[in-house]
Amino acid sequence: MSTVEAAPRPRLAARLFASGAHQRLLAFASLIILLVGFSLASPNFMQMSNIIAILQATSVNGVLAVAATLVIITGGIDLSVGTLMTFCAVIAGVVLTYWGMPMPLGILAAVAAGALCGLTSGTFIAKMKIPPFIATLGMMLMLKGLSLVISGTRPIYFNDTPGFTEIASGSVIGAVIPALPVPNGVLILFLVAIGASYILGRTVLGRYTFALGSNEEAVRLSGVNVDAWKMAVYALAGGICGIAGLLIASRLNSAQPALGLGYELEAIAAVVIGGTSLAGGRGTILGTLIGALIMSVLTNGLRILSVTQEWQTVVTGAIIILAVYIDMMRRRRTV
Amino acid sequence: MSAHSSALGASVSDTPRVPVVTMSGIEKHFPGVHALKQVHFELLPGEVHALMGENGAGKSTLMKILAGIYHKDDGTILIDGEPKEIVSPRAAQDLGISIIHQELSLMNDLITAQNIFIGREPRLRFGRIDEAQLTRQAAEIFASMNLSLDPRALVGNLTIAKQQMVEIAKALSFNARVLIMDEPTAALNKAEIEELFVIIRRLKADGVGIVYISHKMDELKEIADRVTVMRDGQYVGTVSAADTPTSRIIAMMVGRALTDTTVEIPDLSGAEIALDVRGLSRGREIRNVSFKVRKGEILGFAGLMGAGRTEVARAIFGADPRDAGEIRVNGKLCDIRTPTDAVRAGIGYLSEDRKRFGLCLGMDVRANIAMASMKRFTRGVGAIDEGDMRKVAERYIAQLSIRTPSDRQEVRFLSGGNQQKVVIAKWLLRDCDVLIFDEPTRGIDVGAKSEIYKLLASLAAQGRAIIVISSELPEILRLSHRIAVMCEGRLTGILPGGPGTSQEEIMHLATLRESAMIPTEAAP
Repeated sequence: MSTVEAAPRPRLAARLFASGAHQRLLAFASLIILLVGFSLASPNFMQMSNIIAILQATSVNGVLAVAATLVIITGGIDLSVGTLMTFCAVIAGVVLTYWGMPMPLGILAAVAAGALCGLTSGTFIAKMKIPPFIATLGMMLMLKGLSLVISGTRPIYFNDTPGFTEIASGSVIGAVIPALPVPNGVLILFLVAIGASYILGRTVLGRYTFALGSNEEAVRLSGVNVDAWKMAVYALAGGICGIAGLLIASRLNSAQPALGLGYELEAIAAVVIGGTSLAGGRGTILGTLIGALIMSVLTNGLRILSVTQEWQTVVTGAIIILAVYIDMMRRRRTV
Repeated sequence: MSAHSSALGASVSDTPRVPVVTMSGIEKHFPGVHALKQVHFELLPGEVHALMGENGAGKSTLMKILAGIYHKDDGTILIDGEPKEIVSPRAAQDLGISIIHQELSLMNDLITAQNIFIGREPRLRFGRIDEAQLTRQAAEIFASMNLSLDPRALVGNLTIAKQQMVEIAKALSFNARVLIMDEPTAALNKAEIEELFVIIRRLKADGVGIVYISHKMDELKEIADRVTVMRDGQYVGTVSAADTPTSRIIAMMVGRALTDTTVEIPDLSGAEIALDVRGLSRGREIRNVSFKVRKGEILGFAGLMGAGRTEVARAIFGADPRDAGEIRVNGKLCDIRTPTDAVRAGIGYLSEDRKRFGLCLGMDVRANIAMASMKRFTRGVGAIDEGDMRKVAERYIAQLSIRTPSDRQEVRFLSGGNQQKVVIAKWLLRDCDVLIFDEPTRGIDVGAKSEIYKLLASLAAQGRAIIVISSELPEILRLSHRIAVMCEGRLTGILPGGPGTSQEEIMHLATLRESAMIPTEAAP
């Protein structure tokens, strides 16, 4: 034991490069630069109410991005997160409004529906060997259709469930500390992120999530039941999409069945900006959070500067390209 | 066999010519490995020059430097007596140097003509490809080689031998004056080898210099003029192929006479049978293979490339499905369908390609060692006991002397030998009764090799049943208590290990075609 030779630890810079921490630092630095830039450009930007608006706007995309991160680290992709979110919102609407069940059951139903759909995608991918892109593309369309069918293409309102809007828009923190009216939606985002971080960093599921993305065949040949673990990751991601469905339904006080398409791309964009590799095996929840924040800060700041919606979209696209380019440069240097 | 080679050998030594290639003082370092030390090599036009040495001796590295794939750290390369820097594969091609890799690099979904002229297609206006011209040019090259090959045949449909001819044609289309062939006959049968030799002799007559990397002694006698031997990244010497006895060349390669590498064979007659395989079959790759391995025994698997040894290992391990066959571990019949089943039954498999099949390169040493034993570190619903995992990883790092700054180091930064030790640690931790090592020393430098040999011997001494698949006969002879030999998917015989068995006997069984087959149901 004591004979392990004490080789010199690699230099700090090298360690940061190797761990990918540098990409997160970079994303974090960009976020700071954006914040500073916008507050210099407009005095309205750094207002407490605006900061809270930014955080609230991040909550839904942030939760979806956390779900997408888990799947992307396995080397897969989930295109169905957006329409799955809507599907779960519709399920909550059916259980609460159509059936008149109590709120906890609606919440449970939404999360369970999400997990079940994720498990189904996982089964297509792991057992039927359909490429994740195709499997979740099909899932995305099926869920979009099912949301419309179940809801009869009409929004389902939660007027009969008092307190449903509190899920996202109420403020537990504000009730305790009146000076800090952080909406519950933001709190939930952070809880989801902490939970996902814990799973990735400290549990067997998390270890296998990275291992699958790093070298699935080597994991299989280690005697690990890779199919089951992969399905578990997709199911977990689906359950998290269910939480996002509750958040968006609560904020709109309704399940909007036509909503959802396009959210998956925003989520993937946040993941990528946060430094998670689409090739799998590498990524962090913290990075994804920063990525999601960068996107909403950008949208919010550009709007305050009266940049039109159209140009906001152009800028967002450019940011994605830039972020991935920087990531590629890093890879070229280290590998 | 040596009868016609003497004439060829003489023709070279008689005429003084400027070498087409002269490499001298070549140095090359890889992270953690001094791959080439002051290596010297010379090739004459119209010469077949065999380059020999054990795996890891540096042959391929040297040739990759000549072909512009690697860059030398130091030394000089003269082409036709002129100093040249070969900075890229393209630069090598421009100098007329082509390499044919062991793994052919053809595009299976394109036709032969397209493969030969990829990137250099004759064009019509507007960038369209002149298919007629393309086909004609390919046909001309085939004709010049006296080959009956259809320029429009899909490469994926050709035999390996024919694909190799396409590679040679491609090299010639660059007006190659130097052709490097890395184990060209490894996947060929006798008739195909003859066909290849006809082509090689024709190229020779045209003045092409050929570097021929091979392990097969009889071939060298037949085709090579001179032999250069390398060992441990160093130049050992250059001799005439015809006038040098095989034993001398082998001695140059291994640095000692083969006889002093004997194994001590324990008496295992009383030991229990750990692994019992009966009638294992899968398609044409595995045909009715049966054998037993006792506890404490090392069973070597010898054979040529493509003989089916890796396939047998993967089928036993459940990595590939099998058509038929029973597998018993410690006397118990096991229905192994997946690697998970195999590991549960107590079988571990260390792949020949550890980077692809053995390791998560982007993950740290700790996670890789724990990969097959995660349950052991699971607490509660699924939390990992990192402290315990670290302790265990550090224990194996010390026990196997894995050279790594810490157990958190990513495996991709370790040397080949240390990566292999990480894989071994993974299976030791899992505590398997049966361990299958597929080419355990491939790509590992010589110092680490002997460590791995010692490790295998000690694993057997602890009562584990060990299977070692190796393409290096000295390695098989040095390690095995018994030697199973395969050819074309069949087990052609099981020989006793130790000094009583010669390489020739093994090679005889390894080339025993179906017609000459004798039934073998060998008991341990």
